[in-house]
Amino acid sequence: MSNNIKYLEQKSLEYRKTTLEIIYNSGAGHTGGSLSCLDILNVLYNNILGITPENFSSSNRNQYIHSKGHSVEALYTVLCDKGFFSKSDLDTLNNFNSHFIGHPTRKIKGIEHNTGALGHGLSVAVGMAISKKINGSDKFVYALLGDGELSEGSVWEACTSASKYKLDNLVVIIDRNKLQITGKTEDVNPIEPLDKKFESFGFEVNIINGNKIEEILQSLELIPFKKNKPNVIIANTTKGCGVSFIENQVSWHHKVPSEGEYKIAMEELNKRLK
Amino acid sequence: MTDIGKPNLEIFAETLLNQAKQNKDIIAVTSDSRGSGKLVTFGNELPDQIIEVGIAEQNLVGLSAGLAAGGKIIFAVSPASFLTARSFEQIKNDVSYSDHPVTLVGISAGISYGQLGSTHHSLHDFAALRAINNISIVAPADNFEAAEVIKKAVSYEKPLYIRYGKKPMMNLPRKNSNFEISKASIIREGKDLTLVATGETVQRAYLASLILQDKGIDVEVISMHTIKPFDNEALINSINKTKALISIEEHSVYGGLGECCSSIISQGEFNTKFKIIGIPDEYMINGTQADVLDHYGMSPEKIADTSVALLA
Repeated sequence: MSNNIKYLEQKSLEYRKTTLEIIYNSGAGHTGGSLSCLDILNVLYNNILGITPENFSSSNRNQYIHSKGHSVEALYTVLCDKGFFSKSDLDTLNNFNSHFIGHPTRKIKGIEHNTGALGHGLSVAVGMAISKKINGSDKFVYALLGDGELSEGSVWEACTSASKYKLDNLVVIIDRNKLQITGKTEDVNPIEPLDKKFESFGFEVNIINGNKIEEILQSLELIPFKKNKPNVIIANTTKGCGVSFIENQVSWHHKVPSEGEYKIAMEELNKRLK
Repeated sequence: MTDIGKPNLEIFAETLLNQAKQNKDIIAVTSDSRGSGKLVTFGNELPDQIIEVGIAEQNLVGLSAGLAAGGKIIFAVSPASFLTARSFEQIKNDVSYSDHPVTLVGISAGISYGQLGSTHHSLHDFAALRAINNISIVAPADNFEAAEVIKKAVSYEKPLYIRYGKKPMMNLPRKNSNFEISKASIIREGKDLTLVATGETVQRAYLASLILQDKGIDVEVISMHTIKPFDNEALINSINKTKALISIEEHSVYGGLGECCSSIISQGEFNTKFKIIGIPDEYMINGTQADVLDHYGMSPEKIADTSVALLA
């Protein structure tokens, strides 16, 4: 295993600790979904996007849309690590008059677009990707969507435009943790066969384990998968990934750990940190 | 004699085409609406500056926000009925809350679609969008305002909604030939009565003022083309010199121009006689735009009758 993979795996453990810490301290947050998408954000921000505080105001760079806005604690964690803001700023999460709230906003440096209502991010990403095509840019637009979010019809409206405009500079990543607030996605409103749905909408599909750093990295390095076709990565993940008693539990969608649960979770993560 | 111009919608399309020829960053985004938006010529002459999403208004607005975020100057064009209802959440979140300066062009607004029924009417758009933070709302009255607002929109740095009707409009006289978003146009000055109207009802107010003039009543007519931010000063200046105020709008009586005026009058403790004319809360009568407006008290004659009664 390369040193980079090992480095990122350790980063993921640190990120999970920070995410749990800010949720615990602020008394609110989407624990399960943040932990499921953290490895994807880790690889994106450390190896793929090249978005930095210094180049964030530049128009010719990659862009990232966090369409599953409720998992903002994971995004805050990674952006903080990348130097977009200080940890003491992040520690104001959910305080009165703080811009660090339960969904992303452009008031926070590093965030492209305000999300929170589901099914919005992909259309915005499509617009950004068309804009890059018009400008002759070789940069990419990445959008992370939740799997429950895929019930929103607007997602599929956006897919038709992505295909029509041959947006091979658009990378859609599905955090496929198979749970949503009510229960299993396939019980609430089935979305399978997801790969065939995206294929029929004109996407080139790659299915990976979205909690394996190596697989995420390999997949993202293959972008664009095919000329003139939008890309989708179906990242099979575990909701609550990394903490045994949080994993795959519907109840942890937006549950905040108690003092005891927080200590046990941190102990679990610390044992794996080297 | 009245000077009849073109439909404001045609003026919009001509002005946008002229602006877009000079600025490659201007892009029109349509939802199978280039025909009804009079943008067929635009599409033929500037095919690289038009994006078509098909019948998908949510995507129209979200995608427009993304294009604006990419530095493009965006005019998202769709029937006002669908644009301000189907994609309401995209207007709220992706354009206004996210602060992307998209210009949303609501075509065939109000009851322009007449007998097509309430699915195609937008009598809610002022009320709905007024309650959204960070978006301006404009309803041009005549060809002059229809063109000027598009020129202003090109460099407008905030989200903007513009509402267009599709019938030929009178070219109205005006006291001042400057046009500014959020600054009302004084169509004529008077001292007895203020008629404040917006969009296609301004010409009806003006025609009513001519009838009233023959009765010896001196009427001030204001085109309150900008519903938000509202020109409080223009309204207050007028009601301070006249004896009564009537508002006229092609919109529900709830949440539109009339209630903007009502709020100013009551909070400012102005002692003026006041009447709101608009579409009442009932199952709409069917007919052409002109017939329906006439039915609901917006013919020049009925406006004049209401004026006389209010002043009595």
